[in-house]
Amino acid sequence: MSEPFFEYLLRLGDDRLVLGHRLSEWCGHGPTLEEDIALTNIALDLVGEANLVLQRAGQIEGAGRDQDALAYLRTDREYRNALMVELPKGDFGYSIVRQFLFSTYAMHQWEALSACADTDLAGIAAKALKQSRYHVRHSAEWLVRLGGGTDESHGRAEDALNDLWRYTGELFATDAVEQALVKQKLAVDSSSLEAVWRRDVADVVARATLTLPPDGYMQRGGRAGGHTEHLGLMLAEMQVLPRTYPGAKW
Amino acid sequence: MRILESVKDPEVPVLSVVELGVVRDVEIDGDAVTVVVTPTYSGCPAMQAIEDDIVSALRAGGVANARVRTVFTPAWTTDWIPPAAREKLRAYGIAPPSHSGVHSPVQLRRREPVLCPYCGSASTTPRSEFGSTACKALHFCNACTQPFEEFKAI
Repeated sequence: MSEPFFEYLLRLGDDRLVLGHRLSEWCGHGPTLEEDIALTNIALDLVGEANLVLQRAGQIEGAGRDQDALAYLRTDREYRNALMVELPKGDFGYSIVRQFLFSTYAMHQWEALSACADTDLAGIAAKALKQSRYHVRHSAEWLVRLGGGTDESHGRAEDALNDLWRYTGELFATDAVEQALVKQKLAVDSSSLEAVWRRDVADVVARATLTLPPDGYMQRGGRAGGHTEHLGLMLAEMQVLPRTYPGAKW
Repeated sequence: MRILESVKDPEVPVLSVVELGVVRDVEIDGDAVTVVVTPTYSGCPAMQAIEDDIVSALRAGGVANARVRTVFTPAWTTDWIPPAAREKLRAYGIAPPSHSGVHSPVQLRRREPVLCPYCGSASTTPRSEFGSTACKALHFCNACTQPFEEFKAI
C-alpha cells in the first residue's frame, strides 16, 4: 500500500514546493511593496504545505528520508509535479493567471482530501484549505483588475491564459496509482475536480472580460517524471547549497 | 497552564500561546509533561520558536521532562481566540479577526468592513490580504488616516 501512497504524496508535495519556489522569485521584484509581500506570503504557505506533505511522504516510504532529503536530494526525473508549476515565472500577469488556475484546483483538491482516510493528510488538507481560499481570492481579484484594466494588462492576461491552458489537462488526469488509492479513500480522483474547477474559472474569466481558451492538445508528463528543461535549472539553484555542503546548518 | 500563559507568540507578543489557541492539550504522566500544539499556518516560521519557548519556559518552571507534540486535527481557527484576547489585540493596534465562517470560494470583495483598532471607524480600505506575517492583512483607516493590520479570520 505504501508505494502508491508515497507516489501520490510526492505529487501533492512537489506541486507546492515547485510553485512556492517560483513565487519566491518575486521577492524584491513585486510591482508594489504590498504585492511583493503578498506573493512571498503565498510562497511561504505553499512551501509550508510541501514541508508537511513531504514529511508524511518520508514516513510512508519508511526509508529514512525526511522532507529535506526529498526536497533537496532528488533529481528532476524523480520530481512528480505537474508541468504548469515549473514554468518560469514570466511577467506579473503570467504569474497571476497561473496562480489563479492552480489555487482554484488546489482549493477543491484540499477540500476533498479533508475527508482522506489518512488522518495526517486529512489534517494537513483541512489546514491548507483555509489558506487556499485566500490564495484564490487574491489571484482572482488581480485577474479581474488585469482583464478590466488597460489594453496592455488585458492583452498580457489573455496571452498568459492562452499559453497556460495546455497545461491544465494534466491537473485532472488520473491513473492507476491514483485509482487504487481512491478505492481506499486515500486519494481524490483528480478527474472529479474538473467540473467545479471549470465552473469557478469560467466565472472569474468572464468577470475579467477575458475569453476561455478552447481545449486543444494537453501537455503532460510531470507526474511520471518527464519535465521541461526549466525544472532542472530551477532545482540546480534550489539544491546547490545542501548538495555542496551536506548537512549544513545555520 | 500558568507557565504556558507566560509563553507569548513571538510575532504578536500580547497573546499567549494558550489564548492564541495553539496549545490544545497538556498531558501529564508522572513527572513527564507533553504539551500538544497545532500550527497556525503551514509555513509559519514562528512555530519552531513557539515550541522552543514552551519547552524552555516549562524547564525554567521546574518541569525537567517537557516535550511538545504537534497535531493537525482539528485545524487551527481564529474562532478559538477568546473575547478578552481579542480586546488585547485591538489595544495593541491589530484589528481582531471576525468569525471565520465559510466564504464563497471566489467571492471577490470582502464581507463586512474591518473596524479601525485606533479610532473604531468602519470607513476602512483593505490594502492587501497579506501583511507582515502569514496571519495578518493590511488595511487603511480613512477616518484617522492610520494604516493598520488585521488578524485574518481563518
